[in-house]
Amino acid sequence: MRKILLDSFTRGSLTEPAPAPDEAALAELAKKVDRAAQARLGRSLAIREVDAGSCNGCELEIHALSNAFYDIERFGLRFVASPRHADVLLVTGPVTKNMHEALLRTFNATPDPKWVVAVGGCAADGGIFKGSYACVGGVADAIPVDLHIPGCPPSPTALLKGLLALLEHVGGKG
Amino acid sequence: MSLIDSIPHKTAAPSHRPWPRVVVTDEGWQTAIDKLVAGRLTLLGLWGEVAAVHMALLDAVSNEIAVVSLECASGTFPSVANRHPPALRLERTIYDLFGLTPVGASDTRPWLEHYAWGKSHPLGKGGSREAAPYAFLPSEGEALHQIAVGPVHAGIIEPGHFRFTANGEHVVRLEQWLGYTHKGIDSLMQGASLEAAAKLASRTSGDSTAAYAFAFARAVEGARQVEVPRRALYLRAVMAELERLANHFGDIGAICNDASFAMMHAQTGVLRERCLRAADAAFGHRLMMDVIVPGGLARDITANGVAQVRALLAEIRKVFPRLINLYDNTASLQDRTVTTGIVKPEYARQFGVGGYVGRASGRAFDARRTIGYAPYDELSFEVPVLEAGDVNARVWIRIREIEQSVALIERILDRLPEGAIKVDIPASGGECEGMALTEAFRGDVLVWLRLDGDNRVQRCHLRDASWFQWPLLETAIEGNIVADFPLCNKSFNCSYSGADL
Repeated sequence: MRKILLDSFTRGSLTEPAPAPDEAALAELAKKVDRAAQARLGRSLAIREVDAGSCNGCELEIHALSNAFYDIERFGLRFVASPRHADVLLVTGPVTKNMHEALLRTFNATPDPKWVVAVGGCAADGGIFKGSYACVGGVADAIPVDLHIPGCPPSPTALLKGLLALLEHVGGKG
Repeated sequence: MSLIDSIPHKTAAPSHRPWPRVVVTDEGWQTAIDKLVAGRLTLLGLWGEVAAVHMALLDAVSNEIAVVSLECASGTFPSVANRHPPALRLERTIYDLFGLTPVGASDTRPWLEHYAWGKSHPLGKGGSREAAPYAFLPSEGEALHQIAVGPVHAGIIEPGHFRFTANGEHVVRLEQWLGYTHKGIDSLMQGASLEAAAKLASRTSGDSTAAYAFAFARAVEGARQVEVPRRALYLRAVMAELERLANHFGDIGAICNDASFAMMHAQTGVLRERCLRAADAAFGHRLMMDVIVPGGLARDITANGVAQVRALLAEIRKVFPRLINLYDNTASLQDRTVTTGIVKPEYARQFGVGGYVGRASGRAFDARRTIGYAPYDELSFEVPVLEAGDVNARVWIRIREIEQSVALIERILDRLPEGAIKVDIPASGGECEGMALTEAFRGDVLVWLRLDGDNRVQRCHLRDASWFQWPLLETAIEGNIVADFPLCNKSFNCSYSGADL
């Protein structure tokens, strides 16, 4: 164990520089985010991830945000276990009808002010599952959405760009 | 006597490939169930159509495969699950989706149906069922209490409900209630073009997207008797093994993390990320989605892809042995994984459970070896098998499989054939049926499909390894403490989306 720790210490950091916040995301947010709410949160956001019927591809890439290369916590963004502790809901999937109620309850359990970020092609409009008897469609068909991060699945860098745009905005810079 | 000859049947389907499909009477259906109960056959799959049910069977000795079909003109079929429990969730799904009633079934609770679709039996007779709260199985005794978990879980994972009944710290019963991620894939498949259907198959379980695309492509190619260029076959295996590496690294770290050993999680997380980056550099997508298509590949490996993958393998060979030592020599970690969450070998056999869950409990089944398909039939590799059946054994199977996959990819790259990467799928020859089994990181994926004369999908059924793994997780946790559930669960890492469809 000591050798691995020593190696990690001496080899230098794997963590990469932050990407620039996504321009399109900044534009989408500019229309929506309330300035009064911005002041209250500063540069720190707690994120609750909700899988509303995704194939699990988006979850894999959201997980990757916590690895040594992306190290999402350095930006003040962290994943929390309960919607009660969350400022942001990160929602994936075409909102299956079987998850619809659970998503609504999670949204209602999240205190204001809150933001909803729809992640991936399915969360945008149902994606390839659009029109199924078992799906509601995009996340916006179930709860109000502040930001979309496209991709199937979006890469960790794309996710980070979108979330940094949100952070800039909430921090009052946007 | 061949598998098919031992089951009384009326007719054989003329264009079902590569294995035979026969239409049986009630007598033949019962004979098949008898053989399942006796352990001479293993259930590979059970799925419905509007007026028929199909059962895919594997001979436990000769490894022959066949499909038996029963016509259900009156909307009923004799229950398989009543005598052979591994069929239970599949059978409940057939009733939920098609409305075909299993006669004699003792558990008729809905499975995928949560009364939210606006209609019942969406692929069959339609209509509506009276909604009722889900009736969990009872547990009786003094001092028992229940813990309800999900569908929204604390971590970044898929949704599902777990109902624990515990006596103090000890789990007396775990019952799963899934179906939350049901997207209606079977329905969307009907009438889909090959291109659209391949995309759906690739998104059945995102962590196994290459394996699903591989299985779907092979089922189509089998049905249409298409020979795929050798370069494409070899590159498919590179992708399948990269996917296995990435997932096994992720799982080993996540299992250790659930025992609060975060260092391993951090280290394997780096290796997983390197796998995905190599995949991105070589095939243009981190998860390698939509690269494997019917007929071959959508695109070739990039110019520097081979070098990138070789660099990845060198890094794994350098770093991973130290991590294996770390796992093996950390007593506090071993204390959590050894003898925790044991899957009994007899259950592994009865459920025909695949992947590391089966191979950690003495079931030496690996579709790459047991069934054999290109290019694995030309490559040498070992299939590790252990008997202990605990979390530790499932970790070790993954460790050994990582070593095998590294060696396999090296061998494939050394002999990578030149040439074309795709052929067209001819839309001639009328209606045809195909089936394929492919070894995903988690276990065998079964794809069965019927194409019409224009190569549109009439019916496609995708069966994830999780169907037979989830029920064994319920048995593995029994008698363990509640705090060990995350460890057990991660050591299985079953798919929700893959089994909810």
